[in-house]
Amino acid sequence: MQKIFEKLLSLDRRYIFLVIFLAVAVPIFLKLKIDIRVTDEVNAFYKAIAELSSGTRVLVACDYDPGSEPELQPMTEAGFRYFITNKIRFIIIGLWPQGPMQANKALVAINEARDEYIVVNDEKLYFGTDLVVVGSDTARYGIDFVNLGFQAGNELVIQRMGSSVRAAFQTDLRFGKPIEDFDIMRGLNKLSDFDFIYNISAGYPGTVEWVQFAVDRFHVPCGSGSTAVQAPQVYPYLDTGQLSGLMGGMKGAAELEKLVGFKDKATMSMVSQTAAHIFVVLFIVIGNLAYFATRGRVAKKG
Amino acid sequence: MELSGQIGVWIAAFLTIGISSFLYRDNPIYKFCEALFVGISAGYWFVSLYFQNLLPMLFDNLGITRLLGLSQTNGALQNVLSGQWDERIWYVFAGVLGIMMLLRLFPKIGWISRWPLAVVVGSTSGLYMITYFQSNFLSQLQNTIIPLVNLGRISALAQGSGTLDEYFAAYLGNIVVIAGTLSGLIYFYFSKEHKGVFGGTARVGIYFLMITFGASFGYTVMSRMSLLIGRLYYLFGDWLGLVR
Repeated sequence: MQKIFEKLLSLDRRYIFLVIFLAVAVPIFLKLKIDIRVTDEVNAFYKAIAELSSGTRVLVACDYDPGSEPELQPMTEAGFRYFITNKIRFIIIGLWPQGPMQANKALVAINEARDEYIVVNDEKLYFGTDLVVVGSDTARYGIDFVNLGFQAGNELVIQRMGSSVRAAFQTDLRFGKPIEDFDIMRGLNKLSDFDFIYNISAGYPGTVEWVQFAVDRFHVPCGSGSTAVQAPQVYPYLDTGQLSGLMGGMKGAAELEKLVGFKDKATMSMVSQTAAHIFVVLFIVIGNLAYFATRGRVAKKG
Repeated sequence: MELSGQIGVWIAAFLTIGISSFLYRDNPIYKFCEALFVGISAGYWFVSLYFQNLLPMLFDNLGITRLLGLSQTNGALQNVLSGQWDERIWYVFAGVLGIMMLLRLFPKIGWISRWPLAVVVGSTSGLYMITYFQSNFLSQLQNTIIPLVNLGRISALAQGSGTLDEYFAAYLGNIVVIAGTLSGLIYFYFSKEHKGVFGGTARVGIYFLMITFGASFGYTVMSRMSLLIGRLYYLFGDWLGLVR
């Protein structure tokens, strides 16, 4: 038995990589389903957005880049779906340069219209950018949503928005037009004019800064979708009520998809995730058993 | 199987496999992909910061682009020179501080860059002194001033059947929070030797810290697996067309 343990301890780590690869890859093809239990923190987030009435305006801060796309993009897509189907208007910004691009990508992904564009009053409106169709609902750029792009300055941008949104964002990302030209921006002068902040965060600047500057200073409720790595760091804000809800990693995204009623990428990935976790736990148990077993033998010899 | 016809998808697939090849062993393809990533990231940041910040916030606001004939809109310089006050003229100070920061590239006058750094450090400290105290100290401290058992939850449970974690949260949740906070704080108190009851409590604090690190590790594993799943969906789906 000890020889087996010794062999296991000196096993080439590439075999472990191979096993994890198979554990993740095989379920992708098997198309298995798994029951997802919605946790209290995601329920709290959903409850917070469910309390928003139609016409209210939400600030969507996309603070992530393609490196966190598998975890956070499903949250962005599910959030947009919910907002559009419930006629909640949203303003996209990013404290990360690629965040607003990720938001654009999400809008293209959720758009269900098959045509490329339609012509309204001699104006070509492109689906996925000017118009986003979800089920029987359509959101129009400038009226139901707008993308103000990225602004450098990290938490200072939030601080600036506290007194003036215009001071932090002068123009939109798509047309470069002054933000006051858009219908959605009417009466939106400062951070406290927003009804809710939906922050999708992969690190700094992100949820921690939104809590510290927007929630605690300007008293705007905030819900967060965080990468799993960041989630333990922001959990304390949930317990104190500084955060209205929290989704951690791909599991949190899958829970939101379940609540929104559109099971997509995150839900599909849960079987692979579970299989990989089972093997990781197994490896940790075997590794510890082997370590203690061989250490005992060495001690006896000594 | 329906292979992607887009060149971008093929490049992304090649780079994914190239970076992943490091798991087998270090190799020239990995090195190439890594160098490409670093180079493109630096270039992207530079272009992004220039076009989204320097150009609209500094050059347009001050009127430098107008001066060079690259814009039709007047900036602060044009307005002030024509006798019309424009508060955007204050961006001159930001521009000067930015130039001072760049002077660190010249060793003889590099000391000048300490001044804008001092402004950054001073203003950030002032800003964070209040926010940290409010968000990370007062609010968290307030959250530990709670009754030992959660009577609200207990009465809610009495009306219907609850799950095991709901019972735990009602009867032991607050005790765990209080014990964890106090023992954790005691562990970080080094002015008294960790012996006797004090040492025992500090040891309990270590266990709480270890559980916290374990939870963080678990979340990190979940995060990394999610990234792997994302890339595999990309390779098998977007690139090879094996899954939809």
